[in-house]
Amino acid sequence: MEIVKLMIDGKPVEVEKNTTILKAAKSIGIDIPTLCYFQLKDMGIENRPGGCRICVVEVAGRRNLAPACTTAVAPGMEVNTHNIRVLNARRTVLELILSDHPAECLTCAKSGNCELQSIAQQFGVREIPYQGAQSTYRKDTSPAIIRDIDKCIMCRRCEMMCNDVQTVGALSAINRGFMAVVAPAFEMNLEKSPCTYCGQCVSVCPTGALTEVDHSRNVINALADPTKTVVVQTAPAVRAALGEEFGLEPGTLVTGKMVAALRRLGFTYVFDTDFAADLTIMEEGSEFLDRLTRYLKGDKKVKLPILTSCCPGWVNFFEHNFPDLADVPSTAKSPQQMFGPIAKEYFAKKLGIDRKNMIVVSIMPCLAKKYECQRDEFKVNGDPDVNFSISTRELAQLIKQANIDFISLPDEDFDNPLGASTGAGVIFGNTGGVIEAACRTAYELYTGKKLEKVEFNELRGMENIRHATLDFDGLPVNIGIAHGLGNARKLLDDVRAGNSEFHAIEIMACPGGCIGGGGQPYHHGNSEILKKRAAAIYREDAGKPIRKSHENPFIIELYKEFLGKPLSEKSHHLLHTHYFDKSAATFIEG
Amino acid sequence: MAHIKLSERKLQELKEVCKSFNNDKGELINVLHKAQGIFGYLPAELQEVIAKELNVSVAHVYGVVTFYSFFTMTPKGEHPISICLGTACYVRGAEKVLEEFKRVLNVQVGETTPDGKFSLSCLRCVGACGLAPVVMVGEKVYGRVSPDGVKDIIAEYNS
Repeated sequence: MEIVKLMIDGKPVEVEKNTTILKAAKSIGIDIPTLCYFQLKDMGIENRPGGCRICVVEVAGRRNLAPACTTAVAPGMEVNTHNIRVLNARRTVLELILSDHPAECLTCAKSGNCELQSIAQQFGVREIPYQGAQSTYRKDTSPAIIRDIDKCIMCRRCEMMCNDVQTVGALSAINRGFMAVVAPAFEMNLEKSPCTYCGQCVSVCPTGALTEVDHSRNVINALADPTKTVVVQTAPAVRAALGEEFGLEPGTLVTGKMVAALRRLGFTYVFDTDFAADLTIMEEGSEFLDRLTRYLKGDKKVKLPILTSCCPGWVNFFEHNFPDLADVPSTAKSPQQMFGPIAKEYFAKKLGIDRKNMIVVSIMPCLAKKYECQRDEFKVNGDPDVNFSISTRELAQLIKQANIDFISLPDEDFDNPLGASTGAGVIFGNTGGVIEAACRTAYELYTGKKLEKVEFNELRGMENIRHATLDFDGLPVNIGIAHGLGNARKLLDDVRAGNSEFHAIEIMACPGGCIGGGGQPYHHGNSEILKKRAAAIYREDAGKPIRKSHENPFIIELYKEFLGKPLSEKSHHLLHTHYFDKSAATFIEG
Repeated sequence: MAHIKLSERKLQELKEVCKSFNNDKGELINVLHKAQGIFGYLPAELQEVIAKELNVSVAHVYGVVTFYSFFTMTPKGEHPISICLGTACYVRGAEKVLEEFKRVLNVQVGETTPDGKFSLSCLRCVGACGLAPVVMVGEKVYGRVSPDGVKDIIAEYNS
């Protein structure tokens, strides 16, 4: 390892060769402002097109200012990050960017979270001296994501996420010069593109160019309608991140306050998607065991590995890219979509109300869930099983609008029966969590023995692709895990080629799993936030009295009273789905 | 966008071209060059085929096609007209000749007449500066063209 010595702002620095000036400066506490640059440390995610020029610095002996994010350090280099020449250049760059940016901060969905806005504040910009043409582009609204390209500053972060990390390929920079925009092929709407609605473009967009479709008004209207019983379900990852919106330290669990807030918002029943996650384990775990035992008995037709199917971004991805493998994923619906029919076909009947008079709202860390609940196969006579899905961010907005002092709320408990859950349901929020939960149940059902240690630490972590072999009482079970769709693609290519060594694979579309979902509070590239959320999820699991899905007493009761057993006819009807081939979906109508 | 049926023979030729570049995504620009040579332009359907062959996203292919002005998604006319706007032609009045073509054909540069007969483009120097201003129709070169002569040139192809 070669060490380079240089001076930054008169201070000596020693860093590894090939380090950028930006990182070298950061190592001694100098924060050079950036805009297009983006990094999720330790996750292999970096964007540094060197395009915005906000990070320029002066390097002694160089005629031009150098972008700190793309310029490597050199021995003896003398860097100045804030002399008058640098400050003036930086300000001019920012003023030019702002001259082609709509001054709509008052009504912009990103206000308060916008990186362009904070840099303008940091620089103390009070007027924009440049006036000229402003780009105008139509607003594109898909079922989950809104593209408002007039607010795009061409940082290319979304493109990096969509292409390099997720390998979805929905977005690309097109045209050139002033006409350049980021768009799907042929400037079609996002809905026509191979977009999976994973929302990772939204989670990294520095401005309001990419945002979620906001359904919180629909929720307010439903809550105001006296003829409706409004039921809410909250996904596991929400409780580990919602607190951030109220200034709490990342990783603070706010389960109890969240329940209290939802009750104060007026939801009649506050339930938990974790309950449905336990149900998912019953169905998906049984399906896995069914395939595994048939395979062990020599059935050559059985499809292994089985793939988890609870992530709607992932489902969209394989429908577009791997439709030939449509019989490989589990047919189990996602927890959100299992909750819907259980609420409307089981719980509504218990209450003696018509399903049309029940509104099911889900709070999700996810934008693909918005699309998922609008899918036709998840409706009965036009009535969706889940009416509206809102993000963690939208929930925070609702709580603030309702004058609820979130921080001082007491902890309250979920309602029964659909609010009772186990630790297995909670860990669905982390990469590796679904398969860990499934193994807790599958182990006991397969071996008939009690699992002494419920934690499968070998399945945890943040590495892009992980694998482990678990010992099911003598039977080695090979588990694969991928988070991020680009990593998923690698495992899927192996499955397609017949080279996969796994019996079961868990896939989550978002880096980190649901805790890093496109609907979560913005992390602004701080991967520590994701790690703290993940740790919080495992803490919640560790604190639960019951940690295996099949031991959830309300799940046991649900099967006894209503479903029969896992994979029963009723279960198949209500809790399982099928997949579509979307590969032929072309941009060209005709 | 209307759907276009691409000729099977030309598609085969294109696939051979991709193969000759080892279906390497790094050769996208070269493949697009050849594809435009074969088809005359790069319709959306063609870009989808190229994306598939080179295993890149259609959005990326479209991004490259729209970045370089050489690439076009509009079919060229039966008789592509190019007006040289190189220095020699320019100082001898090529711009007026261009204006006249635009007026008579009622199209802008880069467009094709609705009957598909003529398309209009500009180029820089065909190496015949002694004949400036120069106009090319297909492979045929016209020298010392004046705005008055434009109608006659068009008439040659309209009979």
